[in-house]
Amino acid sequence: LSRIGDELYLEPTESGLSLRAVNSSRSAFASFLFAPLFFQLYEPGSHQPDRELVRCKVLMKSFLGVFRSLPSLEKMVGKCLILLKPRANRLVVQLHCKYGVTKTHNLAFQECELLQAVFDTQHCASSLRAPARVLVEAVVHFPQTLAEVTLGAGPGGKISLRNYVEDEAAPSKTMVTELRLAEDEFQTVAVTPGSHITFCLKEFRGLLTFAEASNLPLTIHYDAPGRPVIFTLEDTVLEVHLVLATLSDPESDLQPPTANGVSHLPAPSDDFADDLESYMIAMETSAYEDGPSGVPPSPTFPLCTPHPAESDPEEKEEGAVPGTPPHKKFRSLFFGSVLTPRGPSPAPTQEVLAEDSDGE
Amino acid sequence: MRFRAKIVDLACLNHFSRVINTIAKLAKTCTLRLTVSKLYFILSDKVANGGVSMWCELCQGNFFDEFQMEGVAAEHNEIYLELVPENLSRALKTAQSAKAVKIKLTNKHCPCLRVAVELPSLSSSSRIVTHDIPVGIIPRRLWNDFREPSVPDFDVSIYLPVLKTMKSIVERMKNLSNSIVIEANLSGEMNLKIETDLVSVTTHFKDLGNPAWASEDGCQSSAQDRDLESMAEARIDIKKLQQLLAGQQVNPTKAMCNIVSKRIVHFILLHEDVSLQYFIPALA
Repeated sequence: LSRIGDELYLEPTESGLSLRAVNSSRSAFASFLFAPLFFQLYEPGSHQPDRELVRCKVLMKSFLGVFRSLPSLEKMVGKCLILLKPRANRLVVQLHCKYGVTKTHNLAFQECELLQAVFDTQHCASSLRAPARVLVEAVVHFPQTLAEVTLGAGPGGKISLRNYVEDEAAPSKTMVTELRLAEDEFQTVAVTPGSHITFCLKEFRGLLTFAEASNLPLTIHYDAPGRPVIFTLEDTVLEVHLVLATLSDPESDLQPPTANGVSHLPAPSDDFADDLESYMIAMETSAYEDGPSGVPPSPTFPLCTPHPAESDPEEKEEGAVPGTPPHKKFRSLFFGSVLTPRGPSPAPTQEVLAEDSDGE
Repeated sequence: MRFRAKIVDLACLNHFSRVINTIAKLAKTCTLRLTVSKLYFILSDKVANGGVSMWCELCQGNFFDEFQMEGVAAEHNEIYLELVPENLSRALKTAQSAKAVKIKLTNKHCPCLRVAVELPSLSSSSRIVTHDIPVGIIPRRLWNDFREPSVPDFDVSIYLPVLKTMKSIVERMKNLSNSIVIEANLSGEMNLKIETDLVSVTTHFKDLGNPAWASEDGCQSSAQDRDLESMAEARIDIKKLQQLLAGQQVNPTKAMCNIVSKRIVHFILLHEDVSLQYFIPALA
């Protein structure tokens, strides 16, 4: 999770403890749901039934600092207790170690809104499942610095992985690496022939490391370019989702996006309810012009808040924080309400969800 | 113009990878010259390189199981390509357990060297990784720029000390100074010297031995008439020397250098099937 964002969101629910993170440009989201069975003791909330379960976020660095050295943790720590003290505004992590030593870490937390990406694996046209090891071995052929990779279902039933080369760079200057895997290396293959999807390698590698360590097979769900790609890992006590934005295909037709059946959030402004895909294309064309056309208003992203009454002014603040420019063309944000098709030419003053302040 | 080659033997593949890694450390871009029997990696002495030049020669038969080359024309049966050796090095890096590696010159959108690595996998068909390395085709009229450099009329020729030792010394000296003086004489003595305002450091090597060069037509007489004790020296850029030494992954069978006093130092590193010559000019 630390590979994705700087803040760790903790949400205790009836079905388990959910740890989540999102990156600053809102193009990557991950959640780890630990079922109650994972823990020796799990008490999600206060005993007052009408009190809301507290959701909070802490600084990733502070939280990681508690668990800094894995080998010494394994040797010394017998039990770990995590407690939320809402009144003191502290998240307490207590490590009960050998020899009667107890280390208590009090981390400051901020109450926050629900952080939930909108995605639905059921509506993805293609999916693949493979043991983590196969994917780790596949990814090793690409340099550590590579930003984006394209996964595709090629001819002859081969699944290919290729480094993505920006169109602007001269194609005759960059080395292109492509790996072809046979279908039978995967446990399940249900892909649309000829489909492809381009996403960022960095966060994916992070998940792969976890998958390999926990020896779980990884499932990849994807749809059309531009729609998010979802990676999932599952076992009896853990459910992991990593959702990454993908590069949209500028030439492809704008299909009316399917409603994902999630709760609609009234958009803060009219521009917002617009088709994300056409907005993305707008971003890409404006990237070719020199300099942004007008100052983009501060980007927000629609959070899926099932209890709008909960939201207080602070939470709006969070959504209004401008994101840092994402990787060059990833302006797609998949946190969204129902996407409706928009008119032909997008207005340059359209609300930018993640602006690229440098211009391209 | 066609080129196809295949390596099946793992030891040959590792050996070839090591050669490429060494070249990649010495040059960002270089010329690959292909002939029927040999491959050459050439860096010609341009100002951009700081005046260094490199000539590396391999016998293709020692590395490739299959090698087919058709040059630009019948009477010029050679191919000259410009490439970034680092790309080739990266392509071969993850091929350590490959079943086969095929290299082919292709021209789909632009000329490329396509390196196809066939890797073992648990499934019925192997995994194939292809790397398309963009190359530039060098036209025949420029081939003259890449002729083999002749051995200079040197003052002293001497065998180098153990490269690992030399490397660690030069690395430490690099922190203190930008240039280093190499001096040697015909009695097998060599000194590496640096001098700054604050400190001067000299490392002395003895009993190195001097290679005997067959004097062809007395042109080496300048070396033969020389006083055995007198040192020939040249001040060179220490980073270039360090690069050369750091790039060596395997100990050469023979390592020597020829010094032309105050002009140039010519390093020759010979392995069984690879020879590498590196020229570092003296600083003004």
